[in-house]
Amino acid sequence: MESLTFRHTTKTPLPGTQPSAVTGVVASGNLEVLLERVLPPDACEVAIDTPIAGYGDVWAAVVADFVARAQPGGIRISINDGGARPDTVSLRLLQGARLMEA
Amino acid sequence: MTEWRGERQARDARIAAGRIHAAGKIVPATAAVDLLEAILRPGDRVCLEGDNQKQADCLARALSACDPEKIHDLHMVQSGIVLPEHLDVFETGIARRLDYSYSGPQGARIARMLYGGQIELGAVHTYLELFARYFVDLTPNVALIAGVSADRDGNLYTGPNTEDTPTVVEATAFKNGVVVAQVNEIVETVPRVDIPGDRIDFVVKADRPFYVEPLFTRDPAAMTETQILIAMMAIKGIYAEYGIRRLNHGIGFGTAAIELLLPTYGEKLGLKGKIATHWALNPHPTLIPAIESGWVKQVHCFGSEVGMDRYIRERPDIFFTGADGSLRSNRAFCQTAGLYACDMFIGATLQIDLMGHSSTITQSRVAGFGGAPNMGSDPHGRRHPTDAWMKAGREGQIVGDPALMRGRKLVVQLVETFGDKLVPTFVETLDALELARKIGLELAPVMIYADDVTHIVTEEGIANLLLCRDADEREQAIRGVAGYTEVGRGRDRAKVEALRARGVIRRPEDLGIEPLDADRALLAAKSIKDLVHWSGGLYEPPARFRNW
Repeated sequence: MESLTFRHTTKTPLPGTQPSAVTGVVASGNLEVLLERVLPPDACEVAIDTPIAGYGDVWAAVVADFVARAQPGGIRISINDGGARPDTVSLRLLQGARLMEA
Repeated sequence: MTEWRGERQARDARIAAGRIHAAGKIVPATAAVDLLEAILRPGDRVCLEGDNQKQADCLARALSACDPEKIHDLHMVQSGIVLPEHLDVFETGIARRLDYSYSGPQGARIARMLYGGQIELGAVHTYLELFARYFVDLTPNVALIAGVSADRDGNLYTGPNTEDTPTVVEATAFKNGVVVAQVNEIVETVPRVDIPGDRIDFVVKADRPFYVEPLFTRDPAAMTETQILIAMMAIKGIYAEYGIRRLNHGIGFGTAAIELLLPTYGEKLGLKGKIATHWALNPHPTLIPAIESGWVKQVHCFGSEVGMDRYIRERPDIFFTGADGSLRSNRAFCQTAGLYACDMFIGATLQIDLMGHSSTITQSRVAGFGGAPNMGSDPHGRRHPTDAWMKAGREGQIVGDPALMRGRKLVVQLVETFGDKLVPTFVETLDALELARKIGLELAPVMIYADDVTHIVTEEGIANLLLCRDADEREQAIRGVAGYTEVGRGRDRAKVEALRARGVIRRPEDLGIEPLDADRALLAAKSIKDLVHWSGGLYEPPARFRNW
């Protein structure tokens, strides 16, 4: 098990007023993403628990691309990973952001 | 005096020796080992019919039970290494040398045996290439084939899985070889004559029906959003863009997802009748919704697929069927159709390097190639134009007289950037090169060469390699769709953006596709049970796919 945390500053807060959302499931090759609107509007934090160690730089790249694309200011994201591929992680993060914008 | 009939006399002697164990041509399964020991000679070239799907398993078991003191050093020339017995014979010394095409189910064991030096490998062929060599320098002395039924004269009904049988028999029977067929039953009259009896020397009544590998059934329930996204990009960015009507699909989940999106996403794009009408394809269950929705005009098949027989019988306007009503497949003809009469091959692979070479051979698995190198190659002998072929030709032409331009077949690799267990699909160097070095192969087993690949589609986008003008552009175009693999993260971001501006790389958003729309709700069938419903109950999936 490896725990990783990434902190980013965003240009804008994530639109919408949803206080929290969950997407995905903890299953092999999948992941569960919890999003909470609890941070200052220009801050984003992503905390990851993954069973597969050694992919820190891939996680960093996936999270950085997501932040650049979605600008999720104000959101704390907790990921419970089941060994998902990076593309699945990206998709779940974008799905989560869309739920928060609702 | 020159002897012109030596082979014929040797053949007659083998048959006479075999007749001792037969009543006419008919041999009981219990005498199969005796028959093989009587007709085989050490060092023989033997084609043991192991096709992509149909397996001469009773004869395979008999061959592996032969006495290695009597029968040894055989040279096996067969398209598929599928059953354990296909490799057992190399462990006992019955066989020594191997020329083949495909080894999917035995990929891990054959890799170990190749590294261990137990098999002397000739080459990993494409099907057409191996078939061609049956007629030139790999003509079998003995062919061991499989059919559904035979009459007492040896007239053979292969059933829907005709596959390689006519080719194997043609090469063996007409060049002084001996042909042994295993059948499930001996009948008075066969439903149709797939192989005339005078080409069959012995008929073994098998102890149980021959095994067929359900190779082309993809359960829609296992399809992921990523595969659906890739399928959407392929349909919009390639099928629609080039107007692909005549095509072949590989066996992966990505292409199965495309089949299931035609009646939904394809319909919404207004593409019905404009794409995917004529196919060289096995009867994929996932094609049923597209057929039932009127998308598909006709399908010629390499082989059949378990559970599809009743459905095919009821759709003779779509499939090639015999007077008896059942499917007539033929691998050699369908491979030829895929090579010359299709404008696109689209399929998956396990590894792609920085230039676009691909292979399904990895450190621990040697899966072979099957038909992909034929389907996935631009046939320079082609002389008929289509819009799709000409458009690809124009995109790829760099120099030369436009009046002498020829078209290009589209060869599309459809891959997820990471495979199972987070193994990257994109690599700096193919494992195939390491295999070639370790076992001393002169030719590295590459499945599709870079100069044949025209497009690579991943969840990150489409790379159109036809539009690349030098090796550096090509490398960056590939890195630019390689996602978060090391190859992908090693991209030159500025160059990739420049390629995107030119349309060499197209992202989902460039195609008007929102990745979050890639939802399983788009699949025309979400389960095997849905496919059964689409077929009106005619599709009968094998037990392992019945989970309701």
